[in-house]
Order: sequence, then structure tokens, then C-alpha cells
Amino acid sequence: MSLSGLFLISFLLVHLGVNITMIWSKDLFNAASHFMETNWIIQSMQWILAIGFIVHIVYGIILTIQNRRARGVQYAVKKGGSAPLSSRTMIHSGILILLFILLHLRDFLVPMKLGLVDDNYELVAAKFSNPVFVIIYIVAFILLGLHLSHGFQSAFQSSGAAHSKYTPIIKGLGKAYFLLMSLGFTAIAVVMYFRSLT
Amino acid sequence: MKLTLKIWRQKDEHSKGKFESYQLDEVSPNSSFLEMLDQLNERLINDKKEPVVFDHDCREGICGTCSLYINGQPHGPDRGVTTCQLHMRRFKDGDTIHIEPWRAKSFPVIKDLMVDRSAFDRIMSAGGFISVNTSGNTQDANNIPINKEDADKAFDAAACIGCGACVAACKNASAMLFVSAKVSQFALLPQGQPESKQRALNMVRQHDKEGFGNCSNTGACEAECPKEISLENIARLNREYIGASLTTDA
Ligand code: HEM
Ligand code: SF4
Ligand code: FES
Repeated sequence: MSLSGLFLISFLLVHLGVNITMIWSKDLFNAASHFMETNWIIQSMQWILAIGFIVHIVYGIILTIQNRRARGVQYAVKKGGSAPLSSRTMIHSGILILLFILLHLRDFLVPMKLGLVDDNYELVAAKFSNPVFVIIYIVAFILLGLHLSHGFQSAFQSSGAAHSKYTPIIKGLGKAYFLLMSLGFTAIAVVMYFRSLT
Repeated sequence: MKLTLKIWRQKDEHSKGKFESYQLDEVSPNSSFLEMLDQLNERLINDKKEPVVFDHDCREGICGTCSLYINGQPHGPDRGVTTCQLHMRRFKDGDTIHIEPWRAKSFPVIKDLMVDRSAFDRIMSAGGFISVNTSGNTQDANNIPINKEDADKAFDAAACIGCGACVAACKNASAMLFVSAKVSQFALLPQGQPESKQRALNMVRQHDKEGFGNCSNTGACEAECPKEISLENIARLNREYIGASLTTDA
């Protein structure tokens, strides 16, 4: 779980890095996405990424089922405040992110792979001119932030990394990371929407 | 003070339980939670009714026998105390108090509020010990120099009283905090080294075999543990476990 989670974390960083270029320049973004589409290392990483997602999702679901079974009879009265909400809703945020990813692949990856698009930037610009589309994406980025706000530090704890000196740093990095992801992707969506208005 | 108690009553492991309501009129705010239950039981016995079964022993927060899930929290609303150390002044006159047993598949109810925690004993037998020769030439533990920081951390881990509140609090009914405390108290000391790999592997395996859930690092256990055992121990257990998995034959 932690390995697949950390892997997905590094993927997201690259993904944001490529996409954010479209805020500044159409040509830069098209060049970056052309590189991603033609570089053989990136192309083979795509398969590993797909496996990473599948492992993460299947394992997450198995663990959740085992964990629900371990309780047996439910409590009648439960005071939930002793653990943060994000940590108690990983399966819910995860499944919603999965639905979003499927939608996202349909919107972008499938047409790009089928060679239906000559200009990736124009495809993104067209999609983000629809406010409903923009809102769905922003909601997904908030959910992603929720998932990562627990997931980032959890992955370190699961792999055994904890230390009175470094754990606060990891937690700080985790906050910076989930804010960067949520705000970064949201910024792209918002900028592209306003650009479509002019 | 006047209280309404909603207590889980269950005849035995296989019967269906249900909540029963009890009214107590003269509870001293200075009595402990268990004394309040004693008061109820005396009345039930006088009325020729079945008293409520609950676990207790030392009544001073050191044995780990008392339990009870009180108003949605193991060992009640106070932090860092067991149910036997909880006092009625923590509640208000007229309060309704829900009392449930620990809920976990691996802790089956024996009767009413008492659950079978022998799963913890089996986890301990799987590795929660060190083997020493008691042939008469045992070394004095104080002869081995140990740095203060490790000694303190081992001592903190050893404070675990095996009450099971971590399992009761965890949404996954995971006992990782307990296992991690028991592994850490040895992992930090030289005496624990010879058996450290087998200990981590065997105790975690037994934990899983007993049907406890997997740790997903929510931190509910640390918040509810009467001995405030730290999550750092779970990371240490993960470290020991991963290291042992990668380097042993079995
Ligand atoms: C880009 C997408 C995603 C990223 C970056 C991500 C990242 C993470 C990370 C870092 C963790 C913590 C791992 C640990 O504690 O060891 C985690 C846990 C989890 N993820 Fe994801 N995840 C993503 C998508 C998904 C999806 C699509 C699902 C769908 C079911 C999902 C379900 C879960 C679950 C259930 C957990 C909790 C596991 C547990 O309780 O131990 N995640 N995720
Ligand atoms: S770790 Fe804390 S809550 Fe769990 S058994 Fe030990 S003392 Fe009880
Ligand atoms: S009765 Fe011993 S700890 Fe509560």
C-alpha cells in the first residue's frame, strides 16, 4: 500500500509539472506533452503506472473489507473525533478519485491515444471552457487533497519511517504536497476556464 | 447525582444482546466508574436480578483488566486513564451513559460487558518474551550499558497494560499499537536482539491470524490508549517487520 501510494505520489508530481506549463505557454505545453508521448521511457512507465494504480486500488479494497470484518458487531454510540476525518474516509475519497480518473482517461487519454487530436493544448482548452466540467475537476482535486493529506504521512509511517526529528518534517512536506497538488491542478482548471472566456 | 445507564446485556457469546436501561438516583460524584457499577449490581442482587458482568481487578490503572466503551469512547471521556480511574464527577447530573463491551471479532463477548481477550495472550506466546537461562548464573541486567534515550523509550513501551482499548478505538479493530508496544520494549534493548526478527514476524502473523484488522495509521489508538503508547512504536514495528521479512529464511 505504501509503496504503491508513494509511487502514485511521484507520478502526480510529474503530471502537475507537465500540465502547469500550459498556464504560461501553449507551445511549451505541447512540446512537453509531445515529449511524454514519444519518449520510450515515459511510454513504458505508463504500463508500470497502470499496474501501480491497480495494485493500489485492489489492495486498498481488500484491506478495507478485512478491516470492516474485524469489527463484527458495530458500536451503538461512537464518538469519532479521535482520528482525523481524512484517515477514516480513505476508501470513499479513493473510490471517488477512481471514478474521476476513469472520466479523465475518457476525456483526454483515449482521444490522444487514438490519434484524434492534433493539438493537445486545444483539446484541454475546449474541455475547460465548460463550467460543469471545471467544477467536477475541482471537486476531484479537493478529494485528492483529502486523500493525500492522510496518505502522504501514512505511507511513511507504514514503511517504518518515524523519528522525533524527521516525522514533523515529513508531516510538513505532506501538507505542502497535498496543497500543491490540489491548488496546482485547480489553478490550471481555473486559468483555462477564464482564458476560454476571452 | 441521578443517572440513566444504557448497558449492553448479553447472556453468552452466541446469544443476541441488547441494551437495558437502569436508573441510579444517588451516585456520589466522588465514586469511580466501577464503584458506580458496583452500586448498581448491589441493587440488582438485592432485587434478585442478574448483576451486570464487567471486568476489573487492580482498580488502580495498572493491570489492564477493566474495559468498557463509555459514550462512544474506550475507558470513557478522559485521556490517559483506565475506566477504574474514571470518576463520576466527569459526568453531569441527569446524564445518560451508554456502556458497551469492546467490539471486535477477535474479542468475543463472554457475558454482558466482559470480552475474551485471550487473543492477546496468544500473540504474546508467539514472541512477546525473551529467552534467558535461569541456571543460576544469570547476568544482572544493570551490567549492560544502555543509552538513556532507548531505555526511556523501552520503558514507555513497556507501560502497555494489554487492555485492548486500542482495538476498541480503531475503526479497523487493529491491535497494532499493542503489538508494537510489546515488540518495541524488546527491540530497543540488547536483551531483545537475539530473537528480534522472529519476534516481529511471529507476533504480527499471530495478530493477523486472530482476525484483528490492518493498521491504516488513523491514530485513534494513540488518542485513546490509557498509557499513551506512541504511534512511533508502530513505525518501529513496521521497520522491524519489513527488515525481518527481507532477511530471514522463513
Ligand atoms: C492519484 C491517485 C492516488 C494517490 C496519489 C493515492 C495515494 C495514497 C497514499 C499515499 C496512501 C497511503 C498508503 C499507506 O498508508 O501506506 C493511500 C491509501 C489508500 N488509497 Fe490511495 N491514492 C490514489 C488513488 C486511490 C484510488 C483510485 C483508490 C480507490 C479505491 C484509493 C484507495 C486507497 C485506500 C482505501 C487507502 C487506505 C489504505 C489503508 O487504509 O491502509 N486510492 N493512497
Ligand atoms: S497499547 Fe494502550 S490501549 Fe493498547 S493494549 Fe496497550 S495500554 Fe491498552
Ligand atoms: S482494573 Fe486494573 S487497570 Fe482498571
